[in-house]
Amino acid sequence: MAVRKLTLEALARVEGEGSLELSLQDGKVETARLKIFEPPRFFEAFLRGRSLSEVPDIVARICGICPVAYQMSAVHALEQGLGIAVDGPLRLLRRLLYCGEWIQSHVLHIVMLHAPDFLGLPDAIAISRDHRAEVKRALTLKRAGNEILRLLGGREIHPINVRVGGFYRVPTPSELSALREKLEKAGEEAVALLRWVATFPCPECERDYEFVSLRHPSEYPMNEGRLVSSRGLSCLPEEFDAEFEESHLPHSTALYCRLRQRGSYLVGPLARYNLNFDRLSPRVQSLAREAGLSAYCRNPFQSILVRSVEVLFACEEALRLLSLYEPPQGPSVALPAVRGEGHACTEAPRGLLYHRYRFDREGTIEEARIVPPTSQNQSSIEEDLRLWAERHLSEPEERLRNRCEQAIRNYDPCISCSTHFLRLVIRRR
Amino acid sequence: MPARPRLAVWKFASCDGCQLSLLDCEEELLSLAEAVEIGYFLEASRKTLPGPYDLSLVEGSITTPEDAERIREVRRLSQKLVTIGACATAGGIQALRNFARIEEFVSAVYASPEYIRTLERSTPIAAHVPVDFELQGCPVNRLQLLEVISAFLAGRTPAIPRYSVCVECKRAGTPCVLVARGTPCLGPVTHAGCGAICPGYGRGCYGCYGPMETPNTPSLARRWQALGASERDLHRVFRTFNAGAEPFRRESEAHGG
Repeated sequence: MAVRKLTLEALARVEGEGSLELSLQDGKVETARLKIFEPPRFFEAFLRGRSLSEVPDIVARICGICPVAYQMSAVHALEQGLGIAVDGPLRLLRRLLYCGEWIQSHVLHIVMLHAPDFLGLPDAIAISRDHRAEVKRALTLKRAGNEILRLLGGREIHPINVRVGGFYRVPTPSELSALREKLEKAGEEAVALLRWVATFPCPECERDYEFVSLRHPSEYPMNEGRLVSSRGLSCLPEEFDAEFEESHLPHSTALYCRLRQRGSYLVGPLARYNLNFDRLSPRVQSLAREAGLSAYCRNPFQSILVRSVEVLFACEEALRLLSLYEPPQGPSVALPAVRGEGHACTEAPRGLLYHRYRFDREGTIEEARIVPPTSQNQSSIEEDLRLWAERHLSEPEERLRNRCEQAIRNYDPCISCSTHFLRLVIRRR
Repeated sequence: MPARPRLAVWKFASCDGCQLSLLDCEEELLSLAEAVEIGYFLEASRKTLPGPYDLSLVEGSITTPEDAERIREVRRLSQKLVTIGACATAGGIQALRNFARIEEFVSAVYASPEYIRTLERSTPIAAHVPVDFELQGCPVNRLQLLEVISAFLAGRTPAIPRYSVCVECKRAGTPCVLVARGTPCLGPVTHAGCGAICPGYGRGCYGCYGPMETPNTPSLARRWQALGASERDLHRVFRTFNAGAEPFRRESEAHGG
């Protein structure tokens, strides 16, 4: 039987490099493979033998889009291993910093990477020709996220102010009041962004995913909580290995992470929203409903709306945190000289991020393990693609490719993180 | 109206942070898109235009046989080629593999090492093709990146100072953390450009912009030792994001293997 192989251009508007390979037989999609060919970067190996104080600076370099997520999972895991608690105003400032990254990363994805798919345009610059006011407003909103990162982190990309035990310096009251003014305006822009995104034509597509996210007793999850799922999983981050397993397949430099016995699952905005809708304020809940979302969303294409809701949440939460802030005793807490092992999960913009470290009494890292969100979503992305491509197989190839790319971008995949984006190869038999 | 210059942005092994610096130019981005024709910038657009390109910005280091070939093609298509960031200018953090046995690294991270093909070394772009300008930093400074683009479009030399972070501290009026507080700092040997952020936040510079023009690393190492730094500390601090840059590599090796 003749096998036809078609190679199409590399996937654009994602972070990193990869390709998509579809094998077709008798009008059915046999397999859909997301091939990740971002060169391997070996962070877990680099971390061995380093001092635990260097870890936040090193892991930031895994991803330029979400360095704070890597820093947060790292410091929480190391602090657990050291047996110290960083709470009060320092905990608050970490959550505020994370709000900054959610705003920056989500707005980048919504407007510059994902919106062009919904509007049938190649990029955000093309969108700005017809929707200049909307794009400019979104860029201003993104800037507000970056302002938080700049103040609390020292800079937007690879912040320098995060350390195990807290920060190097905490902001002054006048710096925080200047930030508050910018965030008040950003809150209004976030409402406008959500309303604009709600006007985009959205494909109908529902799947019964197992959603996994953190769940906190009182907050919408970011830095801490139990690991829960829509099918009854409930465990602590230190039980991650007991519930999840990673495997390595020949076609990818990213590892696949699956739930033991159950298989694929979904992390990220959709999971967080579905499992924590009750943790959003009544105002954010009602604006979400007004935008066309119910309290539980199974349509991966609506992730762009959920991301917009989370931007709104993050702006609101940042203002709430600022109103509660009292200066701490010092910028950080002292670290004991003990050997230890620690685990942590935090919510990166694209989903759950697990870190584990083991270190000796001098604080030298003996072992490091990092499970990024994209490797957890990889199986789920492939299952979406099989379903979605099969439904549109009769369409011209260019159109089919656009549809597949849009479906992949639903996950805001960060390929650099998971090592690792997209050329479409279609094998027809 | 003459044709707008065609710009391309290429990615090799990297974290995407330096390209993101371009997307982070929130206010300037739309003006930039009017001043140039974006020919190839996959992180921002699916529309690609064929080469040649007037200016290519290259992010990332060379770590695979395929990438070693691809960079030659990029050079062939580019009038001017500018490398951006520590990965492209010095091999980046990936260059830590240059000091280890790569098989151990692969097996430490991947369950099935036979699926991974990779070069033993992570090398800067200039080790493979001629480069017209190198902009250091992990990540690059957004304003310096705009300056480099503007300069190349205007056909002039970019105004990027080669002095150390110390000069930026003095300009900012930040008290010297090394002299006043005894905090070990790499500022005296590190290339300016970040705006001396770390000392401004009360910590010592950790060298993410790589070596300055004429770094006296042995002298600074002696100063660190007087402050209590161990050989191991010195070995590690010069071996991070610019581990492959010659002055830092040498100084790191002087303090243990």
